[in-house]
Amino acid sequence: MGSELTHYTRLRRPGIVSLNIEMETKHAVLCIRLSGELDHHTADELREQATAVIEKNDIRHIVLNLEQLSFMDSSGLGVILGRYKQIKQVHGEMVVCAISPAIQRLFDMSGLFKIIKMEPTEEFALQRLGVA
Amino acid sequence: MKNEMDLQFSALSQNESFARVTVAAFIAQLDPTMDELTEIKTVVSEAVTNAIIHGYENDPNGVVYIHVSVEDSLIDMTIKDVGLGIVDVEEARQPLFTTKPDLERSGMGFTIMENFMDEVEIRTQPGRGTEVKLRKHLNSSKMLCN
Repeated sequence: MGSELTHYTRLRRPGIVSLNIEMETKHAVLCIRLSGELDHHTADELREQATAVIEKNDIRHIVLNLEQLSFMDSSGLGVILGRYKQIKQVHGEMVVCAISPAIQRLFDMSGLFKIIKMEPTEEFALQRLGVA
Repeated sequence: MKNEMDLQFSALSQNESFARVTVAAFIAQLDPTMDELTEIKTVVSEAVTNAIIHGYENDPNGVVYIHVSVEDSLIDMTIKDVGLGIVDVEEARQPLFTTKPDLERSGMGFTIMENFMDEVEIRTQPGRGTEVKLRKHLNSSKMLCN
């Protein structure tokens, strides 16, 4: 693998509001970029795809880019917490970036920022993990 | 003037977005702010998800009912299932409490509803189902009028 970039993209049928998941691995860091809506329905898909990539590529850290995420509810918090627990087992870190004020309120309410770090951009998030 | 609508649909997860978008479209006539609209969509999503996962345990034969009534700047919503009901409501309301941690539930559903709404009332009976009554006053439009 080395410094190879691997892209995992699932494109949704156009016109249907759903979740688009884009994943890119940089060494032991997995960047997950979400666009669309993250709810109970789409959370299952994110869990399956992310879990598979984390296990297959020996991922230690996750950068979660929420810049294009237009909606999220508590099911989103659940799946994010689930991935945090997954990388915590290998002593990894999770950094969330480009979060909207509405979604930030949910993070604040749940106390997730006590364990998950926040950065304004993906670049800052990668710097924080030492891979930028 | 009072305006009301009813919605019922199968307890399928793909109907969660249908439910929140439909309620948001109905509420739009009150000219809410983007924040208020997001809050309404989020609580609808929370209550409907609860009905599907906990009320019906993902049985697609279950039916979720939504009633929305608007009058001036007041929104009243009732989101109901006739499923399993909640044994201990006080426990269910606690932040981060969930009966289904294996399904990666965050346990934040009722906490979010209580934060985003003015009033939340839960009526439930084990074996009979759960009815969540949610009330919100839209502040923005009134403030602009004054």
